[in-house]
Amino acid sequence: MSVKDVIAPFAVWKRVFEKPYTTAKPLDDRPGAPRYRGFHTNDIEKCIGCGTCEEICQNNAIDLVPVEGRSSKHGDSGLRPAVDYGRCCWCALCVDICPTGSLGMSNEYVWVDNDPEVFRFVPGAEAKAWDKSDLGYARDEQYRLLEPKRVEMPMLPPEESEKSFLEMVQGYSKEQAEKEADRCLACGICVATCPAHMNVPAYIEAIREDNVDEGLRITYEANPLPASCGRVCSHACEYSCAMKNDGEAVSIRWLKRYIADQIYLKDYDKVLDSPDELNGRHIAVIGAGPGGLAAAYYLRMMGYSVTVYDGNDKAGGMLRYGIPEYRLPYEQIDKDIEYIRSLGVTIHQETQVGRDVEFEKLYKDYDAVFFSTGLPKPYAMNVEGENHARVLSGVKVLDEVTKGEDPGFGRSVAVIGGGNVAMDAARTARRLGCEVAIYYRRREEDMPADVEEIEEAKAERVDLITQAIPVRVEDAPNGQVTLVWGKARMVDKGPGRRPEPVLIEDELSSVTVDSIVSAIGQDADYSFLPASVLDRVRIERGKVVIDRFGRTGDPKVFAGGDIANSKRDAISAIANGHEAAKGIDWMLNPEAPTTPHQNV
Amino acid sequence: MYEVDTVVEPDIIDPAKLASGEERIDLDSEKFVKLWQGPNHPGVTGNMSLELILNGDTVVGCKTHVGYLHRGFEKLMERRRWIQNFPLVCRICVPEPDFNEYLYAAAVEELAGIEIPPRAKWLRTLTLEMARLASFLMWMGGQAGSFGMGTIGQWTVTHRDYVLDLFEELSGGRIYHMYIIPGGVRADLPAGYAERVEEVLEKVERLLAEIELILFNNAVFKGRAQGLGIIPREIIEEYGITGPNARAAGVARDIRKDQPYLVYDQLEFSVVTGEVSDAYNRARVRWQEMIQSVDLIRQILKKMPPEGDIHTMLPSVLHWKIPAGQTYLRAECTRGEYGYFVAADGTGYPRRVCVRGPSYTHAVALLEKLAVGTNISDIAGLMVSLHTYPPEVER
Repeated sequence: MSVKDVIAPFAVWKRVFEKPYTTAKPLDDRPGAPRYRGFHTNDIEKCIGCGTCEEICQNNAIDLVPVEGRSSKHGDSGLRPAVDYGRCCWCALCVDICPTGSLGMSNEYVWVDNDPEVFRFVPGAEAKAWDKSDLGYARDEQYRLLEPKRVEMPMLPPEESEKSFLEMVQGYSKEQAEKEADRCLACGICVATCPAHMNVPAYIEAIREDNVDEGLRITYEANPLPASCGRVCSHACEYSCAMKNDGEAVSIRWLKRYIADQIYLKDYDKVLDSPDELNGRHIAVIGAGPGGLAAAYYLRMMGYSVTVYDGNDKAGGMLRYGIPEYRLPYEQIDKDIEYIRSLGVTIHQETQVGRDVEFEKLYKDYDAVFFSTGLPKPYAMNVEGENHARVLSGVKVLDEVTKGEDPGFGRSVAVIGGGNVAMDAARTARRLGCEVAIYYRRREEDMPADVEEIEEAKAERVDLITQAIPVRVEDAPNGQVTLVWGKARMVDKGPGRRPEPVLIEDELSSVTVDSIVSAIGQDADYSFLPASVLDRVRIERGKVVIDRFGRTGDPKVFAGGDIANSKRDAISAIANGHEAAKGIDWMLNPEAPTTPHQNV
Repeated sequence: MYEVDTVVEPDIIDPAKLASGEERIDLDSEKFVKLWQGPNHPGVTGNMSLELILNGDTVVGCKTHVGYLHRGFEKLMERRRWIQNFPLVCRICVPEPDFNEYLYAAAVEELAGIEIPPRAKWLRTLTLEMARLASFLMWMGGQAGSFGMGTIGQWTVTHRDYVLDLFEELSGGRIYHMYIIPGGVRADLPAGYAERVEEVLEKVERLLAEIELILFNNAVFKGRAQGLGIIPREIIEEYGITGPNARAAGVARDIRKDQPYLVYDQLEFSVVTGEVSDAYNRARVRWQEMIQSVDLIRQILKKMPPEGDIHTMLPSVLHWKIPAGQTYLRAECTRGEYGYFVAADGTGYPRRVCVRGPSYTHAVALLEKLAVGTNISDIAGLMVSLHTYPPEVER
């Protein structure tokens, strides 16, 4: 020890006039750093209430709650996250994982109140001073917790697919399916969107768990045609998928297909539940399309004896006769149908009600009748000359190709329409070696066909001519036909309505082709219904009016499918069939409907 | 005013008699007083207590008690998904959270077979060195304060706040940074960050120079710290002593050198050692390590790749399962070896996480030994000189 040791400590005095680093609250204000993880903000319009924040929160600080003035809609649960600041640890994992990017954190960190209840609040729904703050924590661009890209589906290349009726979509391998299933947030937003309300998160989880048997059981709870739907479903689910907000939707449809593809038909009965014992009641189903087959399956599961009457030589309806083989191979439809048949459902083929058997007989012989006869009559284009022999119907050519007949396209085809039937007809013609052009009266983005179908058609060198209105059809030499069409301009019809195409009179063009295929939609045919039933069944704008359970005005008659719903797709028909099965059961056992079967 | 009839002179016991068994601790003999220091006492470094037996001013027996701050982190982690634990682990050790973040993330990455981008490694090393600096600054205030020099504590805690400002700017949090996440780090450096780091480093360097003058050349500090709590060289191995406590005794043991992790093999530094591990020399070693950290931070900012990825895409964190396996990873924190044992059983949750902090050794077993023979007024200084954090003892 030295003198220095005694004197040196007095050096502390030199800092005596230094300004302290303490903030004199509330006189001074010290804002948080630009990245500070302060109080939550939520862009309430952008938020879809998927609940991923709630799921990831390790403190259970987040709870999805209803918010006044907000209801659920497709792709939005209507709920919004409430944060409990008694539990929150400000880790911002909720912000990092938010698939819409709506959740954020401001850099505000002082909030004084004498009511402890206020610290449990719904960011965005309750106005706060920091709502508009630009500063605060946001996920760094270079880091993300969710994979935005879906696993690419192996496809036949267009140069091969345009020549072949082989199935284009090759299906996922186990690794690919598990990787894709991994992307699912399991938020369940899609369940509400699916017309059949399939339990999508559960069957995707079954894939992740490598338990396709469980996946198939879950699938059959709401959809007895998974092999077909897994290929051609209109997949409304994918349009509402939460992942779509920050990348691509989960390939829900392909995952369902993956499940069905992993299990042989002969093993289905080992995996799926057996139907109930026959209860002595008999139900007639008219039409063996997806609606009729679904109704038949669920009725049979509940113990009813079901007989299906179908006018075609094979069951499947539009799945078989309306969708080309390259999208839905026939053996896949057969797989779904054979399983339903194996449960004891009788299907009478080539037995058209009204032609081969009278409706009255079914009405008398059976306890209930369900009809889903679809839309067999093509709409007329209402243009001059459309009855020309070279003007073919879209559904008819698809039907003929399925039956192995020559639709007589010739070498060049003009397809009119923008729906899936138009795409299918055009691509089928392409595979038969034709030069094909599609004429559609609105813009490409207005096309009702699936985006994939439009893209694939273009890749297969189908010409797409939009804003083209057919004006008249003229006879042309050498057995050809001329389509005269005019350019349309789009007229705005106000918010919420599609713009209307209006013909520009002086801009007419014409094209001479071997055949014109009209695929602008179809209409129902009610000629099989006797007047006594028609009196009670209400028909509005060509559609049977049904309630939630498929009930028509006649207590014994139920309906569903394209004939009754405006979505006109397989999954909606399946949903109708399922609901009608419940309705029939309810009608026949009003006091005690069949014990809710686990598969119904 | 009152009068004291008699002044009882304490009956001072020769420690040799206690050691030989000739005298034993009998509280009824009126030669001994039992005194609790803690759990609420400014002289213990956190929520633990010392049950001291005094003879006069001298501690003749010490029993440490923990259990006041057991939060059950290890069990909590078994109920949380792999990703959900990263905001949890930092809370295990309040003054030095980053080592928990790093070790948990690194263990998870090892078990899951994830390689993190090079820039993320540099950023992790940067935060770990900043964390060492912040932790030492906090400790320095405690060490000076425990010997009655509160001014130094005010300075060092202010300087710690400058470092926390840097953390706040980088990660969005001052104490719990939650910056190191499995896969990498959560954000890149903000624009102009290196300059602001440099400003703080210069302030810290000035402070360290002043501390040299007013603490290490302070008659009071020298008088009280020199020779206090000498850790004999031979018990270093026996007790498993690590960090500056061991290095001050001349044991060149530093995981950053012995088993380099992150980018420590690309940095130039040498292990700081002393000769005798008493409170003074331990403080000296830590002071030198602060200078070393300042230098390492400068090296990191200079050598770091200017750009690059900061995070490796993980499998979906909601369903992330890690194959069965186990690992033990360690890192050199300010107090010594910090280790994480993590076991996975193929599910989405850790099967077992065990945190091995240096404080358990230093604050429980070692302190009981060193306290005996120490003056009661130096117990606080002794405990701080071992640099222990009870939160990390108990988890």
